[in-house]
Amino acid sequence: MELITIILSGILIASATYLILSKSVLRIIIGTGILSHGVHLMILTMGQLKRGSVPVLDDAVSTYSDPLPQALILTAIVISFALTAFSLVLLLRNYKELGTDNTEDMKGVPHDD
Amino acid sequence: MTLIHFAIFLPVIAAIAIAIIYRYVKDVHLGWFVLPIPAVIVAYLFSLIPSIANNQVFHHTLNLMPRIGLNFDVYIDGLGLLFAILISGIGALVVLYSIGYLSKDEKLGNFYVYLLIFMTAMLGVVLSDNILMLYFFWELTSISSFLLIAFWFTKEKSVYGAQKSMLITFFGGFMMLGGFVILHLITDTFSIREMIANVDLIMASPLTPLAVVLVLLGAFTKSAQFPFYIWLPDAMEAPTPVSAYLHSATMVKAGLYLVARFTPVFAFSELWVWLILVIGLVTLFWASFNAIKQDDLKAILAYSTVSQLGLIMSLLGVGALAVSTGANEQIFTIAVVAAVFHIINHATFKGALFMVAGILDHETGTRSMKKLGGLMTLMPITFTMTLVTALSMAGIPPFNGFLSKELFLEAMFEISNANFSALADWNVLFPILAIVGSIFTFVYSIKLIHGVFFGKRTHDTPKEPHEAPKLLLASPIILSALVIIFGLFPNILSGSIIDPAAMGILGTDTALNTEISHWHGFNNPALWATVAIVVIGTVLYLFRSSWMFIYDYHKEQFTLNHLYDQGLIYSQLGSAKATDGIMSGFLRDYMVYIFGFFVVFGIVTTFYTGLPITFDDFAQVGIQDMALVLIILVSLAIIMMTRSRMVSIIMLGAIGFSMALFFAFFRAPDLALTQLAIETVTTTLFLVCFYHLPKRSKHEESIKFKFTNFIVSVGVGAIVILFGLAAYSNRLFDSISQYHIDNVYDLAAGGNMVNVILVDFRGYDTLMETLVFGIAGIGIYALMKAKVSRKDDDNEEHA
Amino acid sequence: MKSTLKRAGYSKVQRQMNDVFIQFTSKVIFLIILLFSVNLFMAGHYTPGGGFVGGLLAASAIILLLMAYDYETVKKMIPVNFHLMISLGLALAIVVPTLLFFFGVPFFTHQHTYVNVPVFGEVALHTAVIFDVGVFLTVAGTSLLIVTLVGGTEK
Repeated sequence: MELITIILSGILIASATYLILSKSVLRIIIGTGILSHGVHLMILTMGQLKRGSVPVLDDAVSTYSDPLPQALILTAIVISFALTAFSLVLLLRNYKELGTDNTEDMKGVPHDD
Repeated sequence: MTLIHFAIFLPVIAAIAIAIIYRYVKDVHLGWFVLPIPAVIVAYLFSLIPSIANNQVFHHTLNLMPRIGLNFDVYIDGLGLLFAILISGIGALVVLYSIGYLSKDEKLGNFYVYLLIFMTAMLGVVLSDNILMLYFFWELTSISSFLLIAFWFTKEKSVYGAQKSMLITFFGGFMMLGGFVILHLITDTFSIREMIANVDLIMASPLTPLAVVLVLLGAFTKSAQFPFYIWLPDAMEAPTPVSAYLHSATMVKAGLYLVARFTPVFAFSELWVWLILVIGLVTLFWASFNAIKQDDLKAILAYSTVSQLGLIMSLLGVGALAVSTGANEQIFTIAVVAAVFHIINHATFKGALFMVAGILDHETGTRSMKKLGGLMTLMPITFTMTLVTALSMAGIPPFNGFLSKELFLEAMFEISNANFSALADWNVLFPILAIVGSIFTFVYSIKLIHGVFFGKRTHDTPKEPHEAPKLLLASPIILSALVIIFGLFPNILSGSIIDPAAMGILGTDTALNTEISHWHGFNNPALWATVAIVVIGTVLYLFRSSWMFIYDYHKEQFTLNHLYDQGLIYSQLGSAKATDGIMSGFLRDYMVYIFGFFVVFGIVTTFYTGLPITFDDFAQVGIQDMALVLIILVSLAIIMMTRSRMVSIIMLGAIGFSMALFFAFFRAPDLALTQLAIETVTTTLFLVCFYHLPKRSKHEESIKFKFTNFIVSVGVGAIVILFGLAAYSNRLFDSISQYHIDNVYDLAAGGNMVNVILVDFRGYDTLMETLVFGIAGIGIYALMKAKVSRKDDDNEEHA
Repeated sequence: MKSTLKRAGYSKVQRQMNDVFIQFTSKVIFLIILLFSVNLFMAGHYTPGGGFVGGLLAASAIILLLMAYDYETVKKMIPVNFHLMISLGLALAIVVPTLLFFFGVPFFTHQHTYVNVPVFGEVALHTAVIFDVGVFLTVAGTSLLIVTLVGGTEK
């Protein structure tokens, strides 16, 4: 299973990279979303999968699955949501101001004056 | 949390209240609300004097992060208490003075909040035993000093001075941090007490000279020693109460405090002793020499402050000899006593002089010596105070400056007789430098009195001069009275505070029982030196017009200021050039740099380490897992292919929900729940945004563009997979998870490990994450609510 | 929210549609989700759940209402200031660990005790819960602020 999830997260990250390198801001935002999914999957895999039971204390259980990656990912999920929301609004605002969602056209005025 | 911790933080806590009061109370001058704060602290500190005088010390610990050694240890001995009393005592006087000095139209809220932050920072510096806390407070003093210098931030000179002071003191602060880290590496502790106990470790370490230089860089920049003193004259753009407080009485003495505090740690090092001694004397000489040519009252005082700091620094250097060599201990102990005594004296007379300069500025409208003159009859009280304090600075009996200067000269004579290291032949230079510096000090002190109050009235002053109101006079009168009292009865200080402070510097427990006397007999060389200083100084002052030409040889392009300005300009130009080469302004280019570096780094690492990968120890694969993998892959493919935005958003949602299911299968219920909720909100958000977004993206991507992207992304993916497998196959460290699993009930009384880790074990992460989340919300609010700037307005702004 | 859908072409087709069903059911489901979120939050220390999930679910409950009604109506139904929620949440998250100094323990060392309450029996009191309330408020407040800001600007 771990082999599959590692490869899957590699594919997710590769596609995310491709999307991030494109010119459309919306595709870049979608790319960052996918990137975070790939990273979460990778972190979870590092704690080994499907070993032990759910990390909730129970007298009948002696081995638990690793709670630490889960806590890390929980934090990461929420942060990536904040990032997605922020960049979406940035895109929205940018589009209203500049009338484009193409990063090529967004290049700022060079400060040579 | 003890009373003393509370006393340190009281100003900052009060600053919040002050900010609120400033907003709502407009009738009463804000300073009246601030005044009680330092007054209360100084009263509390005075209550500690009897125990300190009995050689007691206080040591209180407040655990912040015990595991990394970051604890707020408060250590009060004579040295710390002396500085703390100076800080709060002068602080109270300065606040009182500022009530008269700053009108209610100024931004008083900012002023007092900065001042209170500074007070906490400075108290923290002198009372913490933990060097990390010391560093934290140290930088806080730099920041508050920066803010206070730039208080009139519309003036270009203020901004220049503030930036200069910040750059130089921060440079020193960073160097000092480096020194602290080295000390920590050597002794494995952050506590100064424990470092003193382990001084033999420091002696043995080869890194010690580096630590010495780094720590001294911090002290020298802060205490404006040669060649770093250039920031202090420019810092005089601050309001005069600030100059009196930060830039003469307290903050610039932080460097002296640091040197004094670390004397027991470093005194064995010859490098330490000679650096302090030589730099201190050079500073004394150079700054007093330059003070004479200044025309601005505050500039004279600034250079004078620099030179006096050099004097104290050199005394501490002699004092360090007392610690390291057992030989002439008695003599060198006097140097330490003189240093401590002069710190007190300098705070009194220089604080008063700055306040007087402020009064003159306030009542006549100018600080230029050229425009002032003959004010004696018009401002009799101000004149008297200037006379007392300036003569004390010049070292004339019976004022307190005379006593400490006498001790200083004695120490310098002693060191010329002593026989140390290879420099023995040059020893005679020390008393010569000291005497020459003192002569210059005498000259500018006389210039100050004579130039402003005697001679002809110029009638050039912007305002008609008259005596200042009582409110302005109160603080300098108190300080001038102290100058006389300490001058006549120095021994009320020696037993109560000077001895414990000197013992703190020397690191001994044996009582010193110092007696400071006015008369040392005719055989004493210091007496004749004083006579010589007065005579030569008077002659030099009377015939000043015939030798002032030597200052003309000091050309602009050879000054340190010129060097600083040029350095600043060229570093800006250089970095601009360097970044312009890489920064094309296209987001994608930057992304290619980042990902490209990642790929190259990955390949190089793989090449050198080989990344051993083993394919065992994998879990079972279920059918439902494979189905999920398939769903994710298909969704991904659709996102990559489609040009429709709606479809890609929905497919992103599909990937998100599949991830939630993955989390559920992999026994992470918390994650599954959170992912579900997040995915719902995210998809909603995307759809809400959808209406406002462009119908079709106008971007044509060439084949070459796509191909580069493809290569880079495949490289990134391959490296990620490789590293993932390698990390999974090789476990270099034991996991810390077991600790969390074992202690979840005993330490945190919880059952759900993930949540307990989040809110308890690793609560810091969650706290910061919450902050990030809140900041994102605020940022989005600002983005949405910010006024849409028209294209025309934009152009006007740029033009 | 509805106005957004309307402008997207929704209203042209469905002009005759009556919103009563969706409005009524969303009211009921809103309560259920909200209760569930409180339950998740309270149980979070012992069973799956916690401040993040609770906050997000509470937010999504209100988002559901926003779907069924428009922004003004929801504002009248739930008069909560989202800014206040965020500030209160952040303040709690910072103040609670700081106040722990008064127990004489390092920053962020939570304290807990058990109290006997009539009827409920033994109840655990834990400072971590107050911290979690801060997380809950911040997460819920920020999510709602974002969605309402983006959805409610077009006037």
